[in-house]
Amino acid sequence: MSLSERLHPGLNLAGTDPESHVAAEEVLFGFWIFLMSDLVLFAVLFATYAAMSVQGIAEGPGPAQVFDLTAAFLETLLLLLSSFAFGFAMLEMKYRESRRGVLAWLLVTGVLGAAFVGMELHDYYVMITQHAAPPQASGFLSAYYLLTGTHALHVSSGLVWMAIMAIQVTVIGLNTPVKLRLMRLALFWHMLDVVWIGIFTFVYLFGVAS
Amino acid sequence: MNWELIFGQIKWTSFVFAGMIENPSLSEAIASGAGSIAVLGALATVVLLTVKGWWVPLWRDWLTSIDHKKVGIMYIAIALVMFARAVIEAALMRAQQLSATDSGGFLSADHFGQLFSTHGTIMIFFVAMPFITGLMNYVMPLQIGARDVSFPLLNAISLMLTMAGAILIMVSLVVGQFSTGGWSAYPPFTGIEFSPGEGVDYWIWAVSLGSIGSTLTGLNFAVTIYKKRCPGMTLFRMPLFTWTTLCTSILMIFAMAPLTAATAMLALDRYAGFHFFTNGDGGNMMNYANLFWLFGHPEVYILILPAFGVWSEVVATFSSKRIYGYTSLVYATMCIAVLSFAVWLHHFFTMGQSANVNAMFGIATMVIGVPTGVKVYDWLLTMVGGRIRFTTPMLFHINFLLTFILGGMTGVLLANPGIDFQVHNTLFLVAHFHNMIIPGVLFGMFAAVQFWFPKMFGFRLHEGLGRASFWCFAPGFLLAFFPLYWLGLMGATRRTYMWTDPDYLPWLALAMAGAALILAGFALMVAQIVVSVRQRAQLAAPLGDPWDGRALEWSIPSPPPEWNFAVLPQVTARDAFYEAKKAGTAYRSPAAYADIEVPRNTATAPLIGLFACAWAFGLVWHIWWLVVVSFVLIWAVVIARSFQTDTEETVPAATVKAANEAFLAAARATPGVSREREMTSDNRGRALPEGLEGRAGPASPGAAVEVLP
Repeated sequence: MSLSERLHPGLNLAGTDPESHVAAEEVLFGFWIFLMSDLVLFAVLFATYAAMSVQGIAEGPGPAQVFDLTAAFLETLLLLLSSFAFGFAMLEMKYRESRRGVLAWLLVTGVLGAAFVGMELHDYYVMITQHAAPPQASGFLSAYYLLTGTHALHVSSGLVWMAIMAIQVTVIGLNTPVKLRLMRLALFWHMLDVVWIGIFTFVYLFGVAS
Repeated sequence: MNWELIFGQIKWTSFVFAGMIENPSLSEAIASGAGSIAVLGALATVVLLTVKGWWVPLWRDWLTSIDHKKVGIMYIAIALVMFARAVIEAALMRAQQLSATDSGGFLSADHFGQLFSTHGTIMIFFVAMPFITGLMNYVMPLQIGARDVSFPLLNAISLMLTMAGAILIMVSLVVGQFSTGGWSAYPPFTGIEFSPGEGVDYWIWAVSLGSIGSTLTGLNFAVTIYKKRCPGMTLFRMPLFTWTTLCTSILMIFAMAPLTAATAMLALDRYAGFHFFTNGDGGNMMNYANLFWLFGHPEVYILILPAFGVWSEVVATFSSKRIYGYTSLVYATMCIAVLSFAVWLHHFFTMGQSANVNAMFGIATMVIGVPTGVKVYDWLLTMVGGRIRFTTPMLFHINFLLTFILGGMTGVLLANPGIDFQVHNTLFLVAHFHNMIIPGVLFGMFAAVQFWFPKMFGFRLHEGLGRASFWCFAPGFLLAFFPLYWLGLMGATRRTYMWTDPDYLPWLALAMAGAALILAGFALMVAQIVVSVRQRAQLAAPLGDPWDGRALEWSIPSPPPEWNFAVLPQVTARDAFYEAKKAGTAYRSPAAYADIEVPRNTATAPLIGLFACAWAFGLVWHIWWLVVVSFVLIWAVVIARSFQTDTEETVPAATVKAANEAFLAAARATPGVSREREMTSDNRGRALPEGLEGRAGPASPGAAVEVLP
């Protein structure tokens, strides 16, 4: 089988770094499967939220009373832009093999991601202090905080991972293991976009419309 | 200094012995006795390791090893140790129920509740799961001609997480109480309102650790099977055990996440006042039932499928015949795997769905009987016209066919919601699932140990004692569980610690006798292992093929070298090694050898396991400094590991060649042993294939085989 037939989904190194490309096959396939199992977890949380947001409101506030669509929209922009920036980091890695370029774009990604987490924490703060809507208030809010909180925890661990990768790019350089780690982090980061778009649609848009 | 800051909620009364001092009774004495056994067992292990000077070998050769074979053996060791505890608990419960007609028996209700909760939790998560995982670990890479799994370090981490969970459950014998909520831990009973102590927290964190370990195992094995098969090993040439491993791995990837989510939600309810499963405030325990069984039903197929794989290997090998209906067995396995996600609701037919929903899940449940039936016919037809040897694994297999079918039929009965309404929550159900899990999974694993033990250690197990243990286990199972069907139909509810109906007594007595036989079977099995180790010189089969095996694992020495295969095999058919023996091309020297890269040992996995155990213990007892410190340490180990570059070492081609040529020369020089003499000391692991007796005597070295680029 030639290299071109063995491309994997996502960014490939076949054309620029064949040696890393061969090493990537098993590792990236494994990571795709990991992402799939992670998505099963999110699917379960979405299903729980779907049930609880209708039946679990009890005496607490409903979705339309507590969600701030403007903030959620800005968070969406921040997260999607951070993914866009990560794309540039990967292109720098693939075509220029430039440490400085990768680091610069990782910094942009990280700042945007951190801003996303910060805004989300601010949302929680507003909900708890101004709407009396902490997770302990009702089943609906428990499910809401668990779903968005799990996503926020994923983004935060992605940020820690990114910081470590920045150190490795600086200290070790762009060798095969570091490249493969960056590729996996990129897949992870993009998956979080997909999950967030689900959250934005099903939690926020549907919630405000309800 | 603040006590609670340092020790959380642990008080001196938390220790099991305090109960005996404050409130002496037989029940407390048994609890203290169990605690003492745990403590003394741990102490005895420490003394033994010190006296024998085994600490260094244990650390160097086992705990830090990431070789799939050693990881597999350690998994099985965990399973056997935990089995010893859980089977004794089962006997205690039988004794309690026997002694508790119109009286309180000798155990307190709370103690009885802990017994059935730990028995179920241990048997599923820390016996059955590590047993199948260990076996898949050991056998699957050898069957596909691979040198290791795709992610060896991840594999060792899965093991250590499972071990951390098992240790946590053992700790609960000594410090504090375990949950009384059963292995399924249904809220709201397991919520903070009704179970305020540490018991449910032990359950949550032990199970969560095991669950994360299994998720990682599943993805590791699936990737291994997709990416690491040797040249020529197409999917439809894979041995059936490998097929069932693949399906089980896929089930693990999908099914463990709902469990992790359910335990996380229960933990949030208990620790942070969330309202997922509480009464009121919008909580809904039905969501727990759905999530738990969304994991729980695939789980039973996670357990049974590898056992089905074992049965396929055993019946073909000991019938000296290729498996009947290979393709149908593969498709049946996949059908079962897919259908296993469509039946979870039959665990709670009585909990308020409409009749139509119940009917749909009832029908889906019955449909699973069809692919399972296909398998049973295939195994039967494999025996037809075969040359059957009634070895211990084969006895277990025949017993499996007879009893598993009965259990399957009671399952079809239970799948009918109308009948389920009558017998749900009775001992009929308890009899049914033990009838599936014991002859199916547990005896499957026992058969697998008998079958692959010579591969793992280079000597066979004592056959006479093996049969003796079978003749205790098989009737013991029937005696212990068939009376429960009757009891269930008479209305005896499960998890009940005392009775008022004297009609139950004779059946309970029969069940007690069965439990005693099962204990005797286990004692004989332990004796079998001890005797075999002592007689290992007579039982030695280092040439690797004691049973005239069929798949690639039998083509290499026993125990296999660290690198498994000196040269990656090239496969052209199913039953690759058997075909090679028939064609006279087995044991030929490869034309050339190459250097082999093997992963270096690393302390990463045991450290992660240690800190995970400390983390979970801290969570159980609200020792928050320990939670924070151990969490940071877990990730510090992971990050430190990612900066290591020198993680592999090279075995030079000359070393590989010397070892492999010595093995091949010995194999060629040894005359093959016929099947009649399989159980004698003539059997050094060189088999004379059935029907080729004319070829007795040393084999010719033959032409060197092609070596792959």
